[in-house]
Amino acid sequence: MRGKTLIVLCGLAAALLARNLYVMLLELPDEVSQGPIFRIIFFHVPAAWTAFLGFLAAAGGSLLYLLHKELRYDAFAVAVTEVGLAFAAANLATGMIWARIIWGIWWTWDPRLTSMLVCCVLYAGYLALRHAVEEPSQRARAAAVVSILACVDVPIVFFSIRWWRTQHPQPVVWGGGSMDPAYWKMLFLNWIPLLLLGAVMAALRTRQEGWQREIEALRRRAHAL
Amino acid sequence: MTAPAGGSLLESVRPRQALRPAGFWRSALTVALKDLRAELRTKQALNASLAFSVVILLLFSFAFDPTAEETRALAGGLLWLVFAFAGALIWNRSFARELPNDCLDGLLAAPISGAALYAGKAAANWLLLMAVELAGLAAFGVFYNAAWTSRFWPLLGVLALGTWAVTVVGTLFSALTVNLRLRELMLPLLVYPLLIPALLAAIQLTGPLAVGQAASAEAMLWLRLLGAFDIIFTALALGLVEAVLVS
Repeated sequence: MRGKTLIVLCGLAAALLARNLYVMLLELPDEVSQGPIFRIIFFHVPAAWTAFLGFLAAAGGSLLYLLHKELRYDAFAVAVTEVGLAFAAANLATGMIWARIIWGIWWTWDPRLTSMLVCCVLYAGYLALRHAVEEPSQRARAAAVVSILACVDVPIVFFSIRWWRTQHPQPVVWGGGSMDPAYWKMLFLNWIPLLLLGAVMAALRTRQEGWQREIEALRRRAHAL
Repeated sequence: MTAPAGGSLLESVRPRQALRPAGFWRSALTVALKDLRAELRTKQALNASLAFSVVILLLFSFAFDPTAEETRALAGGLLWLVFAFAGALIWNRSFARELPNDCLDGLLAAPISGAALYAGKAAANWLLLMAVELAGLAAFGVFYNAAWTSRFWPLLGVLALGTWAVTVVGTLFSALTVNLRLRELMLPLLVYPLLIPALLAAIQLTGPLAVGQAASAEAMLWLRLLGAFDIIFTALALGLVEAVLVS
């Protein structure tokens, strides 16, 4: 993506976020049982969706790398993984704040929380593996396999709430939980700026990965001389 | 050295027909038997894994009071943590044993598919780990006074499924990390988080059976999860192993 397009996307995300913050803080009423803290859902849930999307995109990029052996797919996979991991961390952080206020504890070994943490640990392992391998094609190959295997964990995270009975609230999507249509609308509206932000970060990181590869190649050539 | 009459030296040593690719199962069986033979001759991984299991079972008896109640609550988790960590000692050796004398390059050059090579190694690792688990279970029964023998067959089934889950992932990552500098560090870092769903199911299923009680009401759910994990990861591993096995 070109620099100007990225700046436009960034501006659009900022404008949408400002508009959403105005509506969610000043126009939407407090939730009946949980009060003002319920508004954290507008960041907590879209962050998880963006993270899952990032991990799925990483698996797609990894599969393309294994099929075509082109390093640009590997660069895309690592970029979206890092962005996905950042959003997964945001999901965990907002979830912990929410849990502290509603349940009185920062952390509970609820399977859904645990699965998200497992997801984070898995993709942190993916990044650690990349640092342990120096040769670019070997690194891309190993990382692609790990990314595809880790992606299998994503549906387990997503559906774990159906498999295990927990104290976590039923998910509002496909889970039997109910929410006011105004909250629903805001949930999706706030996903758009987060998605735009994620796309901009992934595009920048992909570009940076390409530059890094060029620098590494130049350095290898310099050492060979 | 002169070539024998009627053909080249290579042909005299290795008939041309022998270079034809062997079938998947036959190749996997050959690799599995080779690995088992190599391990039974040296007993390096087997002895280390067995000793590790017994030591950890001994140490856990100091960590909590091994009374009947405590044992009942912790049996599944205790056993599967021991088995998973003992397994790592076996997988670590699985591909690393082929590094000296460039044996791995020889295996990769052999007329067998990467999937067959992987399946053979996984089968050998599964058998070795099952042997360690049965010995560990005997030690657990003695140290913790647990009557697991009354539920032997269901327990064996759970062990077989759980061990395959652990082995199928462990062996794939053993191949993936064989050429890495930080192999011993990377293998557990990558494998254990991936194994959590399978370990969770195996722990839930093993808990009551290991102390001689009937399986819990939710056993079928956990069994399905464990079975699904086995099928999904076996298929993925067989599909992806060719990308991993590049010399």
